[in-house]
Amino acid sequence: MHIDPLEKKWAQIVLAICALFVGIIMIDALFHGVNAPSNVETIDSAKLHLSEEFAEDNLGVQVDANGDITVRMVAGRYSFFPKKIAVPAETKLTFRWVSIDVLHGVHIPMTNMSTMIVPGFVAQIETSFPKPGNYPVLCNEYCGLGHDHMWSKIDVVEKDQWIAPQISSTGVKE
Amino acid sequence: MNDNTAKNLALSHMWVAFIAFILACFMGEYQVLERSGLFEILSSPTVYFASVSTHGVLMAFVLTTFFIMGFGYYTASTSLKVPVWNKQLAWGGFSLALLGTVLAAIPLLTGFASVMYTFYPPIQAAFVFYLGATLLIVGSWVWCGIMIVMFLQWKQENPGKTIPLAMFATTMNALLWLWTSAGVALESLFLIVPWSLGWTDTIDVGMARTLFAWTLHPIVYFWLLPAYTAFYVFVPKQAGSFLFSDELARAAFIVLVVFSLPIGFHHLYMDPEQAKGWKMLHGVGTFVVAIPTFMTGFTVIASLEIAGRLRGGKGLFGWIGSLPWTNTMVLSVILSLLMLIFGGWGGLVNASYAMNAMIHNTAWVPGHFHLIFAGTTVIMYFAIAYYLWPILTKKPLYSNNLALVQLWTWFIGMSIMTTPWHVLGLLGQPRRISSVVYNNLMTLSWKPYELLMILGGLVLLGSACLFIYLLVKTQFNATTEVFEGQVEYAEPLHAVKDLPEYLNDIKLWNKVIAVFMAISFGIPILQFFFLDTYDSSAWGY
Repeated sequence: MHIDPLEKKWAQIVLAICALFVGIIMIDALFHGVNAPSNVETIDSAKLHLSEEFAEDNLGVQVDANGDITVRMVAGRYSFFPKKIAVPAETKLTFRWVSIDVLHGVHIPMTNMSTMIVPGFVAQIETSFPKPGNYPVLCNEYCGLGHDHMWSKIDVVEKDQWIAPQISSTGVKE
Repeated sequence: MNDNTAKNLALSHMWVAFIAFILACFMGEYQVLERSGLFEILSSPTVYFASVSTHGVLMAFVLTTFFIMGFGYYTASTSLKVPVWNKQLAWGGFSLALLGTVLAAIPLLTGFASVMYTFYPPIQAAFVFYLGATLLIVGSWVWCGIMIVMFLQWKQENPGKTIPLAMFATTMNALLWLWTSAGVALESLFLIVPWSLGWTDTIDVGMARTLFAWTLHPIVYFWLLPAYTAFYVFVPKQAGSFLFSDELARAAFIVLVVFSLPIGFHHLYMDPEQAKGWKMLHGVGTFVVAIPTFMTGFTVIASLEIAGRLRGGKGLFGWIGSLPWTNTMVLSVILSLLMLIFGGWGGLVNASYAMNAMIHNTAWVPGHFHLIFAGTTVIMYFAIAYYLWPILTKKPLYSNNLALVQLWTWFIGMSIMTTPWHVLGLLGQPRRISSVVYNNLMTLSWKPYELLMILGGLVLLGSACLFIYLLVKTQFNATTEVFEGQVEYAEPLHAVKDLPEYLNDIKLWNKVIAVFMAISFGIPILQFFFLDTYDSSAWGY
């Protein structure tokens, strides 16, 4: 078998390029916690209204006793509910997305807030938005003939101007 | 040797492929026009999504599968110098695949299967659509079987001899397709067909997506391998040179086939039903499969450099100018490699695990696969057609100059169309939308790119029509001139000797694939039997 010395050199360069890329990705994932959304958590999409977490009154932005912010959203043809939310910039946010019907995807352009929303599963993402502004929330997986119309809004406001939504003892937002 | 059987098989399969192609090209141009919103009269999500679904099925399943089968029969017969084994069976496979295509086309064109060529449940299409798609796949399995039988028979009759590279590549592709299509076949057989017939009420969406991801990555290598085969076995000869390395070509095909299979989860990076460890494992494999493409680039460019220098090219880059640019095969490979370089780097972005979040399901994705499939791969399908048509029809190519114009315009059109498509993705535009109705200022920045895509699509449509025109004019030319040429396979620079058996057989690699697939898909599939999953009922669209 004949292998040219040039081929051997090129093979080594190629291996080094690929190792470099894989290395950077792995360091980011394992040491900086930069991961794809992968929580493998199931939920009955047909009974979201009966679930405690995703009942209508519990949707949207909530701050818990520790000050951690969780955003609970339901995707359904053709919008994301609640249709408008406000979150603080430069703050860690935990998004939890579920579908009430078919497969959806959600992406907030110019950010890494992106996930598939698979019926039967909760998709969870932790991220923060560095730049304040009014962003659209877009469905990016074909979900039916009205797919174009599936969007909602998110306002990212300056951290010190953001007011946490108040939730009464009955669970209803005021 | 019954040479006519292989020729007729090749011509029939390729005509089905190219008829599907030209129909889908018209749909593609309609789609960019519709989506731009320039013409109010065109605006219709119903027609648009029926069209996108049909365009995807025709291009991704019909063009590819039929082209690959036709090319495979002819390559096998001419490289091994034997007739096609069991020609009745071969025609049976052709008929089955054609029947499947027609069956799938009926609901697609009438709007009863607007579920995209990825048909993600729980949106449900008419049963006939799934039946047609399944028959197309079963028909292609007949081809796989014939390729493998011819490979093994030749090995048995020629012990100790090296199987021709063209046949080795073709058989590896047949092996690849059997393994690749198993994922979607399992999904179809156990989940989708019973559900679409109403035998089951619900479907496990997570498992369906996992099985589809099994197929979704290696399928693109199934499409790409004929292009790589032409790179290695036709291009060097057409350029007036030798193949730089026969052995490394075999190694490249092996690594491509073995590593393209266990890496499908890079399509599921953004999915909640698989854990991050599995995604990382598949992510590493995705970078491994980039290695043979880098090696292929090296070998092909080295072969071309020898050609350029043999023709008197001097200096570091002087050999490029002295290549035979007017040879359709040589021009195609140059344009194909250019598109592969840009498309390949785009692909590395997609492959990069968490970075994929920025472009996942945006317009970047169809931009990427049009560049690398419709560009890199399909331009080589054109080159193969231009090369084979005179041999198959015994008539000279109608016009070499027009063929060169066609190849250049395809490249230019693809550049004009896919560059803005990538940019649209970076600007946040989702894929698969029929209009832009988001009430947001950001979307204003999308407009100029959408208009540019219409222009790119027009150039591509013109180029596609010219391609079909040239094939028709060549085959049905009333000329009395007879083309006597035969297929010529490239000779390696160094004669192949002492080839280790692992570079000359597929059995070992079949076992390696089985182990890799068990490791990378075993637990991710089995988990759905242990998880408390909630299946989904069927939804319309």
